[in-house]
Amino acid sequence: MIDAVGRPQSVLVLGGSSEIARAIVARLVPARCRTVVLAGRAGPRLSEAADEARAAGADVVETVDFEATATSDHRELFDGVFDRWGDIDLVIVAAGVLGDQSADEHDPEATAAVITTNFTGPASAMVAVADRMRHQGHGRLVVLSSVAGERARRANFIYGSSKAGLDAFSQGLADSLVGTGVQVTIVRPGFVIDRMTEGMDPAPFSTTPGDVADQVVRGIETGAPVVYAPPVLRLVFAGMRHLPRAVWRRVPG
Amino acid sequence: MTVPIGEPADQRAELTGWGRTAPTAAEVTRAVDPAVVERAVAGAAGTGGGAGRGIIARGLGRSYGDAAQNAGGSVVDTTWLDSFHRVDLGSGVVTVAAGVSLASLMERLVPLGWFVPVTPGTRLVTVGGAVAADIHGKNHHVDGSFCSHVLDLTLVTPVGTRTVSPSSDPDLFWATAGGMGLTGIITAVTLQMIPVETSYVLVDTERAPDLDTAMDLMLTGDSAYRYSVAWIDCQSTGRRLGRSVLTRGNHARLDDLPARIRRQPARARAFSPHTLARVPVTPPGGLLNPLTVGAFNEFWYRKAPVRQVGRAHHMAGFFHPLDGIGGWNRLYGPRGFLQYQFVVPDDHGETVRRIIERLTTVRLASFLAVLKRFGPADPGPLSFPAPGWTLALDLPVGHHDLDRLLDSLDTMVLEAGGRVYLAKDSRVSPATFRAMYPRVDEWREVQARVDPHGILRSDLGRRLGLCTDRPSAPTADLPPADTPTADAPTTDIPTTERNPA
Repeated sequence: MIDAVGRPQSVLVLGGSSEIARAIVARLVPARCRTVVLAGRAGPRLSEAADEARAAGADVVETVDFEATATSDHRELFDGVFDRWGDIDLVIVAAGVLGDQSADEHDPEATAAVITTNFTGPASAMVAVADRMRHQGHGRLVVLSSVAGERARRANFIYGSSKAGLDAFSQGLADSLVGTGVQVTIVRPGFVIDRMTEGMDPAPFSTTPGDVADQVVRGIETGAPVVYAPPVLRLVFAGMRHLPRAVWRRVPG
Repeated sequence: MTVPIGEPADQRAELTGWGRTAPTAAEVTRAVDPAVVERAVAGAAGTGGGAGRGIIARGLGRSYGDAAQNAGGSVVDTTWLDSFHRVDLGSGVVTVAAGVSLASLMERLVPLGWFVPVTPGTRLVTVGGAVAADIHGKNHHVDGSFCSHVLDLTLVTPVGTRTVSPSSDPDLFWATAGGMGLTGIITAVTLQMIPVETSYVLVDTERAPDLDTAMDLMLTGDSAYRYSVAWIDCQSTGRRLGRSVLTRGNHARLDDLPARIRRQPARARAFSPHTLARVPVTPPGGLLNPLTVGAFNEFWYRKAPVRQVGRAHHMAGFFHPLDGIGGWNRLYGPRGFLQYQFVVPDDHGETVRRIIERLTTVRLASFLAVLKRFGPADPGPLSFPAPGWTLALDLPVGHHDLDRLLDSLDTMVLEAGGRVYLAKDSRVSPATFRAMYPRVDEWREVQARVDPHGILRSDLGRRLGLCTDRPSAPTADLPPADTPTADAPTTDIPTTERNPA
């Protein structure tokens, strides 16, 4: 159960090796979280994330194979997770890829892959998970969206539009869950300096997985429907949204 | 699921405790008659709607945390069980349905000369809830807790309906006292009331300039009073740390009252308090902040007479000052609040001081802080009261370090051999709970006798590890033949790694 001050006792991460998700789990385990289920692509990064959760002191740490694009498996996979490990208090949706905009925008298959991984796959997984959470009558879904989804930008519109889709989907899902005991928190980080953005020049207001995790944990505590990381981006994007397109499309990537 | 004619359909609803934190959704069954309760408990064990996630009773929802919530399962609204079965005006023994509130007991019986043996700071609790939390009042040092005055109760358990008294089945009776509803749904309670001549209390009020003085006054003087409580200002520091207002009193006899009231015996025993005001909407959070609470505390301390003896106060104002304001819990804003109440043994009064010091250093505003002394404990393994000092603090949720602060208070309370009150709790950890209630295994044994398949469940029970919904868990090892949840857990999940533990 999530207690009165917002501490979950069990967490399921979709995209278990995501650095932001790892930073969130690292903060939840010392508080109250005893069960950690990491769903992701089997490999050294996922095992590393599991070891980290174990080292932090979680009682039960498990990994399960999860392929965001394999939507036909999602129902069975997540039913299995909930049947096996009981109630899941918190589900973090962190699966996603950045892609390579300049190459992908001439490659139909690569474009579809980014959008499936970032939007179609997570949406399918969230539907399966939300059904179980509705049934258990409580829980929180944290969805890692992005400020890139606030307004698609010339320099990264494939990634941006996939996050815009995920963000809009999550808002609708949140509304459909009102009254069910399940709440949704949408997280919109800015430029996060981590593996995903390795080799890129940090944008203004860039942040780190640790800082994003701090904001997310605070958002779980307050029940905030939308969290920006850093928080100042809420204001920045309130303005950016209204920039003339001629100016907006020149904003560099 | 088909609903028998004349029976209301269940309704999915989001519920919280009085603190308005951590909402969860459940199927709410209106217990329009005790047979509905029996059917609901049988239904929760079976395969119908709401089955598989257990069942719990809910009364007037005054538990601060998650005790009367059952996410995804059934919650039985017992406030419909509101009839008086038997009243013996000679002996003061009454049998009432479990949903009868202490308010309605007082409204009907105080004018006839009988008062409830124990009342908490609100009369808006049900008799069933009073048993389940084994509530205490300002008279614990003299009269003990609520269940010490219960003669018997009717308990609907998954293995059948029982009438349980302290002599017929002491284990089950005392497991139910403070058992937070997890031993069954109480449908009726027989209670020994106490005789009163009037509806007034003769109150002595005095200010104590600091905590030591307050504790001294209580240690030396409480035995002269049936009711005693100290309101503590948790914001003043230094020499004034823990300055208090003590209000202590005894039931007023007719002769004690001023002539204008004494002349009308009906008025001297009248008990029909009104709600003075109602909080109509939830104001934005932050209304009760260190500034406003500080101002209130200053006013409250200054307003109290330095010393006043033998003033007649009406019971309603003396026992239940906040009941005059409907929905006062909304004042804490949309994020809600929690209450931290602990007890520490007599020789650990120092812990009370250290905890108040901690609160002043983090500038956490406690609007209401109440200090009391407890007398001997009753035999309930999960019953809260134990001899010593008990402090209750109302704290708004929102201070970003509240979680860690309260965890550190837990440690201090544990080190002193104390514990927190489950009816108020909404955040203690399973490990801390087990350390604070070392007799929990004894309780579990009795609980398993009446609930072998773990059908009685609540969010509090889930949070503390007292109940589980996992089909593979030990409590579900022997499920009834018709329960589909008995199926072996799915084993075909592709698992890339297993924790050896």
